Amino acid sequence: MNQFSVMLAQGHQRRRSSRRTVNAVMLALTGLLTLLALIPLFWIIGYVFYRGGKAINLDFFIHTPTPLGVPGGGVLHAIEGTLIISLISSILAIPPGILAAFYAARHPNTPLGVALRFSTDMLSGVPSIVVGLFVYALIVVPQKHFSALAGGVALAILMLPIITRTTEEMLKLVPGTLREASLGLGAPEWKTSLSVVFPAALDGIITGFLLGIARAAGETAPLLFTALGNERFDLGRMIQSGVQSHQSIFQVIGRILNQPVDSLPLTLYKYAQQPYPERVEQSWAVALVLLILVLLVNIIARLWIELRARRLRG
Amino acid sequence: MQIRNPIPRNSLLYRLRRGLQHGDRPWQGLIILMSLLILAVMLAIGWMLWRDSAGARNKLGWTFILPTANANWDPVNDNFQAWPFIYGTLITSLVAIVLAVPISVGIAVFLAELCPAWLRTPLNWLVELLAAIPSVVYGIWGIFMFLPKVVAPVGNFLGDTLGRIPLLGALFIGPIPPSGVSRLAAAMILTIMIVPTISAVTRDVFLAIPNSQREASMALGSTKWESIWQVLIPYGLSGILGAIILGLGRALGETMAVTMVIGNSIQGNASLLQPGYSMASIIANEFAEALSPLHTQAMIEIGLVLFVMTLVLNLVARLLVWRVARRTPQEARA
Repeated sequence: MNQFSVMLAQGHQRRRSSRRTVNAVMLALTGLLTLLALIPLFWIIGYVFYRGGKAINLDFFIHTPTPLGVPGGGVLHAIEGTLIISLISSILAIPPGILAAFYAARHPNTPLGVALRFSTDMLSGVPSIVVGLFVYALIVVPQKHFSALAGGVALAILMLPIITRTTEEMLKLVPGTLREASLGLGAPEWKTSLSVVFPAALDGIITGFLLGIARAAGETAPLLFTALGNERFDLGRMIQSGVQSHQSIFQVIGRILNQPVDSLPLTLYKYAQQPYPERVEQSWAVALVLLILVLLVNIIARLWIELRARRLRG
Repeated sequence: MQIRNPIPRNSLLYRLRRGLQHGDRPWQGLIILMSLLILAVMLAIGWMLWRDSAGARNKLGWTFILPTANANWDPVNDNFQAWPFIYGTLITSLVAIVLAVPISVGIAVFLAELCPAWLRTPLNWLVELLAAIPSVVYGIWGIFMFLPKVVAPVGNFLGDTLGRIPLLGALFIGPIPPSGVSRLAAAMILTIMIVPTISAVTRDVFLAIPNSQREASMALGSTKWESIWQVLIPYGLSGILGAIILGLGRALGETMAVTMVIGNSIQGNASLLQPGYSMASIIANEFAEALSPLHTQAMIEIGLVLFVMTLVLNLVARLLVWRVARRTPQEARA
């Protein structure tokens, strides 16, 4: 071997080792970046549990707010408000979401199917505050007052694309043979869809709903000028006075829907920016409740999806 | 065999049942109607924003949304220019994208190409959880922990170093307030919030790249990193761009966390280290207590601008992501 080829081989060796170093460094870096992204997650969860855990107590769940300086008092009004708004938005968003998903899953390539997929994509990208503006113009202005109904409609619009997309995905996973068997037995299309395909996809659809509702329940921006917030909201007293004055159940529901209400995220937002320590403490407690809600729903939904996938694999 | 047909063929009921095809016609009608409803909601949002901002558009004209040096936002005298808000939204979102892209692509590479199988599901889940945390929770954590502990020191450091550079230094004129409240704070919180979006889509793009690409590159003797950097990333580039634009759309529209940390002030200069304002946060702060019809309309016009921006970005992003998905229909990795 002459001098030249030895030098060439050495250069080759060196270049190869530097390529190896770059490889190792960059691959390690991707792992580190993943860790870096997870730091805020654990920091948020840890700190919210720490601060919220100190602030939370039973009063927090069963009392409405007391005036500043008066001890006790909780955010029962906001818990009730969150439940009411979530209920309204689920009732409004789930039926149209499912039915539209049946269309999208059955006719993906018709002009309407393409337009539908396109508009659910676009709708899920609309900033939530813009949805709030829309509902303000749609409901608050004609009614001339803020209301739980308006808040529910705003969240329903945010849930609609999530529900449609997850339901569509789940319906597509149902084997075609199941449909065909049902149609072959003479069941009409609608009956096949509702009593064969839908139950087969149901548990997947429910997890989609859970995630959608959890997301909507954590939203604040679209409620700022639709549900507005209402510290004096008291569901128990409204029902009681309704019963005492012999109102029908529809009148009571109507009165509840037409009041401005608070929600947990809305309360967190307002309390966190007040200069009073006790309000700030309460806002940490609200943050803890919201976080537990989100974590629980996500864990349940994840496990459910995982188990389902395992079962389908056999 | 006798076929029993209790309903005479020429009767109205028979024709009705034929026409309805055992309920299939109404079913079709119903699901089409609901699909149209979703389309209608989308169109109605655009139309209502357009209609209700008419007053502001006529009275304030284009100067409302164009760059202005000494912009006014004076509800008492009905004098409005939206530039400080547009600037605040754009600069915070762009900085967030610049910070989030390397992190997200790194995560996507790790999750799709490197991560051992047993670790993949829990990691995917944790990253997605980051997207599920309500934005007000980000906000309160930001105010009390992230801003004083991280943003303020980082801001001081940037002010001392980059602040001295001519031109670019204008973005880093300090000092940052001790509380950390600033455009930089908004940008950093946004970074954390959009990383899950970008990394999830980018990961899916990587998973859609056919294995033949990896094998060919490895067979030519490249290291794992070289095949990622020189083959896989160029191959999936349009999809990755789509993911980035999708993240940008998220950042532009994010309201609560930004409102809580950006400081909500239109005084001062263009520096990242100073408090600012964003389009979403002016609406969040003032819409419920607007002083005059023009004040309301001006904010609806800001909403319209935000709507159009996110619409265009989403459109472009979807087209880019679809392109990758369409190019590799059968070959995609399981």
